[in-house]
Amino acid sequence: MKSPAPPRLAGTRRTVHLVALLATALFVTACSMTSSSFTMSGPTPDASERVPSPDPRVGLSGGWLDAGEAAWNVRLVSNTLPPEEFIGVTNSDLAFYRNYAIQGNYNGYTVWDISNPENPHIVVTYVCPASQSDVSFYKDLLFVSGEGLGGRLDCGTQGVPEPVSQDRLRGIRIFDASDIANPKYIANVQTCRGSHTHTVVTDPNDDENVYIYVSGSSRVRSEEELPGCIDAPIEDDPNTALFRIEIIQVPLANPAAARIVSSPRIFNDLAAPARHAEYPADSIALEARRRAAGRPPGGGQRTGPTQCHDITVYPEVGRAGGACGGYGLLLDITDVRNPRRMYAAADSNFSFWHSATFNNDGTKILFTDEWGGGSQPRCRLTDKYEWGANALFTIEGDDLVFQSYYKMPAPQTREETCVAHNGSLIPVPGRDIMVQGWYQGGISAFDWTDPANPFEIAFFDRGPMNEEELARAGSWSVYWYNGYMISSEIARGLDIFELTASGLLSQNEIDAAKTVILETFNAQEQPRFVWPPSFTVAAAYLDQLHRDNGLALAQINEARASLAEAERMSGQRRRSALTQLATEIDGMAPGASDANKVKTLAGAIRDLAEIP
Amino acid sequence: MRPRTRLATGALQALAIAACGGTTPPPNSSSTAELEAIYWARTDSTRMRFTETDVQFVTGMIGHHAQALVMGALAPTHGASSSVQILAARIINSQQDEINRMQQWLSERGEPVPEVMIKGTELMVHGTEYTLHMPGMLTPEQMRELDEAQGKEFDNVFLRYMIQHHRGAVTMVEELFGQEIATQDEGVFKLASYIQADQLTEIVRMGRMLTALSDLPLSGAR
Repeated sequence: MKSPAPPRLAGTRRTVHLVALLATALFVTACSMTSSSFTMSGPTPDASERVPSPDPRVGLSGGWLDAGEAAWNVRLVSNTLPPEEFIGVTNSDLAFYRNYAIQGNYNGYTVWDISNPENPHIVVTYVCPASQSDVSFYKDLLFVSGEGLGGRLDCGTQGVPEPVSQDRLRGIRIFDASDIANPKYIANVQTCRGSHTHTVVTDPNDDENVYIYVSGSSRVRSEEELPGCIDAPIEDDPNTALFRIEIIQVPLANPAAARIVSSPRIFNDLAAPARHAEYPADSIALEARRRAAGRPPGGGQRTGPTQCHDITVYPEVGRAGGACGGYGLLLDITDVRNPRRMYAAADSNFSFWHSATFNNDGTKILFTDEWGGGSQPRCRLTDKYEWGANALFTIEGDDLVFQSYYKMPAPQTREETCVAHNGSLIPVPGRDIMVQGWYQGGISAFDWTDPANPFEIAFFDRGPMNEEELARAGSWSVYWYNGYMISSEIARGLDIFELTASGLLSQNEIDAAKTVILETFNAQEQPRFVWPPSFTVAAAYLDQLHRDNGLALAQINEARASLAEAERMSGQRRRSALTQLATEIDGMAPGASDANKVKTLAGAIRDLAEIP
Repeated sequence: MRPRTRLATGALQALAIAACGGTTPPPNSSSTAELEAIYWARTDSTRMRFTETDVQFVTGMIGHHAQALVMGALAPTHGASSSVQILAARIINSQQDEINRMQQWLSERGEPVPEVMIKGTELMVHGTEYTLHMPGMLTPEQMRELDEAQGKEFDNVFLRYMIQHHRGAVTMVEELFGQEIATQDEGVFKLASYIQADQLTEIVRMGRMLTALSDLPLSGAR
């Protein structure tokens, strides 16, 4: 851009004219090079695009591998059956390491090589029953949760019929996976309630250990089986195994010496939270009585949940989201061994808080309500939108402020288990986008950049497993990992999806998400996404400004043309052009309707200029 | 923590097993039809690990849940507050689904399936020896008291009796888990664990609602 930026254009006619000119210019550009992020290929950004009507997810035929399918802005790249040992046995959660996906199963786990997403193949099938076999990976270690009563220390498949048995494993199994094709079972850490899920937590100040937060929502086992397991109200026995979580420390030099190092009582004194939608009238009355009685607000009463279902940590911001009984907790985990509760949200529409996901900035948090535990059909027309859904909050200081609900919007049959379940962020820069599994409600990707107005941008769904009666199937979890969305299909193995461009999500935005490459990913330990400087990221921001009218289209197109030109340059010439462009774009910010994004774009271009 | 010696033993046992195998790639030869046959056969066979105790638990819980439907259905006609009406609607939705699931569980295992009939506050459960003598069940007098209450009084009685009722369900789960033979049926383990977690959560919530409602501060909530 040699000339100063033109003023914002009011008249549409002039805009059209300019666009046509620029399109011609870009066409020429496109012919002169193999590919560019600025050639306007694919659908034009369009914020008004919505889920097709009638929704193709309604009325899909049933079946195991021949069920009807509906997809929107998503392509099923591959579906691969589980190993024969696990056919007919529930597949559970996923963890990722390099080009491997580790998929839990109630009878063990499968390690998949996903380097070719069209054709993933099984590296190893490890038979070692324990529900739910929630899995995590850290460096060379693989952790697996056991909760059910039939899990054995020796990995036998015969179960444990005795109510008290020294053969039973309820807790965490630890594998040395340095040779991933031959994992070695090196240790167990037994816990009182077993491990329904767990969360790997790295402590930025401790590189000798890794930590595991254990969540267990099942019964406390007998003291005869595991000494110290006391099942009692806290006022009867302060050492009760209820009302706490377990924290395991795993020494990296000697992981077999893993042990419980603390059992924080993060629920203590958790009384009526008087927070979001918790029967406001009741809460106000309660608080009034507390004050009248001279009690501190919200204090003194030993109510609260006895456990968490799942905890998502975000070590970079020192926070965790705990989904614990009837509460969504915001925890301070700057001291990893001693998490501290900052806030507890309750919600009259929420039954059982299940899991949490932060946005990348750590300014928002989303909680899911797995109402019915995933065994019930909670997406029928008769099930309310707010029930079995996600609740979206902003994090304001130490508080959570409710914004809205999001639920996969297509009604499902009563033969389909369906409720909010596990998902992860898709690293599209400048937006908060998440993909999530809804059991037989399929997968749904949605935008929650504006937490008060989340909307769906893509989906995939199959018909019921069995048209005659309710059966377990569908997406246990779906996570974005290095360019693809990998879904653990409870009954049908491993699904790999890719996003396709639409008005709601451009190819540049998808490509920008693909520039984030992780070496390991456990969804319950959120990494902060960082985008390496690239023309694609700048193009993604321009598409967003285009979609949301954040900047005049003429200016956007001018910037696109300038960037395309700079992309063809090299060395100092390119750096100077980019620096100049960044300055010019900064200058457009004050007149733009989305000044912040314009500045972010300028920053991304400046970062590009700094690449030697 | 348990003693270290046991940990070592457990790990050794595990290593022995791991070394023996369990790490085989699937045969490529099976056709999809054969795999589908394996799928359905295996989902059928996992249903055969249940015990008589599991059947008694599921059968009993159908009748127990059915009484919650009776109680919940009174909320809209007895002047319940909106918060109690939301709670009652949730309980009905949730427990009706669980009844369907439990009926399906019994039917898949060839066991007699109790059928629930509700007429006003009259509850009939056919096809089994239905009894009110389960933990937390409302007596006919308590049910009458609930039916006669209106407005704020209904809220109060409803919350107290639903807490009683939920605590009874939790007791039934604890009894199941305390049996001589631990449940090995995944469906029953999941259902029972879920009922326990869900109803304990609701007990806490109802305790808070009752506290807010009652002139007797902090009663009923734990």
